[in-house]
Amino acid sequence: MLAENVVCVRPEGFTESPTHYCPGCTHGVAHRLVAEVLQEMNVLDKTIGVAPVGCSVFAYNYFDTDFVEAPHGRAPAMATGIKRVLPDRIVFTYQGDGDLASIGMGEIVHAAARGENLTVIFVNNANFGMTGGQMAPTTLPGMKTTSSQNGRDVETQGYPIKMAEMLATLDGVGFCARRSLHDAKNIRLAKKAIRMAFETQARGLGFAMVELLSTCPTNWGMTPVNSLKFVENSMVPAYPLGDYKISEAIKQIKI
Amino acid sequence: MPKELWKGNEAIAEAAVRAGLEAYFGYPITPQTEILEYLSRRMPELGRAFVQAESELGAINMVYGAACTGVRVMSSSSSPGVSLMMEGISYIAGTEVPAVLVNVMRGGPGLGNIAPAQADYNQAVHGGGHGDYQPIVLAPASVQEAIDLMVLSFDLAEKYRSVCMVILDGSVGQMMEPAQMPEMRPVQRANWDWATDGRMGKRERRVLSSIYIEPAEEEKMNLRLLNRWRTIQANEVRYKEYFLDDAEIVIIGFGTAGRVALSAVREARAQGIKVGLLRPVTVSPFPSAVIEQLAGKVDAFLVTEMNSGQMLEDVRLAVKGRVPVEFYGRLGGVVPFPDEILNEIRRMAKSKMAVNANPRDAWLERMAAG
Repeated sequence: MLAENVVCVRPEGFTESPTHYCPGCTHGVAHRLVAEVLQEMNVLDKTIGVAPVGCSVFAYNYFDTDFVEAPHGRAPAMATGIKRVLPDRIVFTYQGDGDLASIGMGEIVHAAARGENLTVIFVNNANFGMTGGQMAPTTLPGMKTTSSQNGRDVETQGYPIKMAEMLATLDGVGFCARRSLHDAKNIRLAKKAIRMAFETQARGLGFAMVELLSTCPTNWGMTPVNSLKFVENSMVPAYPLGDYKISEAIKQIKI
Repeated sequence: MPKELWKGNEAIAEAAVRAGLEAYFGYPITPQTEILEYLSRRMPELGRAFVQAESELGAINMVYGAACTGVRVMSSSSSPGVSLMMEGISYIAGTEVPAVLVNVMRGGPGLGNIAPAQADYNQAVHGGGHGDYQPIVLAPASVQEAIDLMVLSFDLAEKYRSVCMVILDGSVGQMMEPAQMPEMRPVQRANWDWATDGRMGKRERRVLSSIYIEPAEEEKMNLRLLNRWRTIQANEVRYKEYFLDDAEIVIIGFGTAGRVALSAVREARAQGIKVGLLRPVTVSPFPSAVIEQLAGKVDAFLVTEMNSGQMLEDVRLAVKGRVPVEFYGRLGGVVPFPDEILNEIRRMAKSKMAVNANPRDAWLERMAAG
C-alpha cells in the first residue's frame, strides 16, 4: 500500500489490543484523540493514566502508557497522589458520568478546587453504561433508562448536573470546556480542547477538564447513526458546547 | 539520639518522616488530628508531599495513587474515618502495593466518642474491606513503641507489598512520654519492578489494577496473597512477654489494655501470685503458636481488652480448649484501671472458670453481679 493512500493508522499512543466498546460508541473516538494528543506532545513516555469504573474501566488496556485503575469515582484522588509525588509526569483521568458526576463528585470537585495539575477527560453519555443503562446525574429530563423507565421525572429524580459549568466556577481550574463527538467537525474541535487540557498541565497552569458529549447506542436502544443525531439534537441543547474557563495564561498558549 | 518528650501522635508523624515518608494524605478526626497537623508543616519543610484531602475516601485513594508509584506513603485516621477508608484498603491489598495506615482508635460504633478504645480489632485483623486479604497489623503500647513500629511498618509494607496498619488507642496518641527518635533515613526511591512511575524511555509500560476479570486468574491472585500471608505468619510474629517463666496464670492484652495489665501483674507478683503477661505486638499475624505452647503449661489465661472480646476469639482458637480462657473488658471508650485487672487475677488465683464455660458470658455475669 502506498503511503499516500493511508487514511487511518493506529496512533503510537495505542497498544495493539482491540477495544471492547460497542459498535457506534464514541469512547473509541475519545480514546484516539487522547492518544494522538499525547503522541503529538511527545509525552507518552512520561504519562500515567488513571482508569475509572464504568465502560472505560479497561482503558488501561488500550493506551501505551503506564496506567492504574481506580475505585469507582476516585480517579481524581488517585491521580492527585501520583502527581504530587511525580510532578514532572503527565497524569490524566478518563472518567464517565456515573464515575465523575455521581459517586466521584467529591473527588472531582476538590481536585479541581485544589488546582491539581491534572487533565480530566470526562465522557458524558447521559447514563450508566457498564451496568446496563441506568439513570445517571447527566440523564436528560424525560429520558428513559432502566432505572427511570417512565422517563426521568425531575420532580422525584432531580435535574441533570452540568459539570463543565460547575467546575468552571472554581479558581483552581485553568481550563474547562465541553465538546461533542457527534460529527467530524466537532471531533476536530474536541481534539483541540484535549490538546489544550494537556498543555495546561504541561505548563503547570492548574486543573483542566474536557467534557465530551458521547453516544451510547446499546443502552439508548438506537442505531449508531440515530445516536449521533440524538447527541446533536437533544444533548447539545441541554449541554451547550463551549469554553467555560480559560485562564489568562492559557489564552497565551499557541499550539 | 537523646530521649525527648514526645506526644504520641506527633511522635508517630516524626517517626514516619524519619523512616522516609514521601507523601502523606489525611483528614482531620479526633483523636489523631495532631498527626495531620504536624505533617502539614513538616512535610513541606522537607519538600515532601502533603495534602489535606476532602474526605477519608479522598485521602486513602491519594495514598493508593502514590503507592502505585512506589514511594513511602501513609495516611492516618480514627475509627469512623478508617471505616470510610476500607474501600481503598481493599483495592490497595488487591493491587499488591505497599501502604501504611495508622488508626488511633476511639469509642464506637457509629460516631461513638473520642475516648480511647480497641473496638476496631476485628475490622483491622479480620478484614474490614471486601475480598480475601490479610493486612499486617501492629499494636504499640507506648510512645516509644509507636515510633519503633512506625519505622517497621514501612519496611514490612514494602517487603510484602502489603497494607500495614498501626492500631493504637487514643490514649497512646494523646499521651506524652520520653522517647528516642531514630536517625533520619534519607528518602530512597527503590527501583521497584512494578511501580507505575512513567516509562521514561527505559521500559515497557506497566499497569497496576485490582481487576482479575477471569475468576481463575483472581483465584490465582488470592492464592498468591494467601501464600504470602503464610510467609508473613512464619516470619513476622512479634510479641512481648513479662514474667512468663513460672507463670500459672497468663494475661493476654494488646496496646493500652496490655500495658494496664502489666501494672496489675506487677502488683499481683508482689502479692505472691504467679502471673505473667503476653502482649501481642503484631496482632496480625497473631502470636498463636506461643499461646498454644503456653496452653500446655499454664493453668489459665485472662484476656483483657478495651472491647467486648474481639481478640479473645483468636486466643481461644490458639488455646483449643486445653485450659480455661477468661475475659475482662471495658468498652465504649472506658480504660480499665490496674485494680480492676488485679481483682480478676486474685479471683482466678483462688478459683478458675470451667474449661468449657463461655468467657464472655461469665464476664457479663460478674459485671451484673457487681
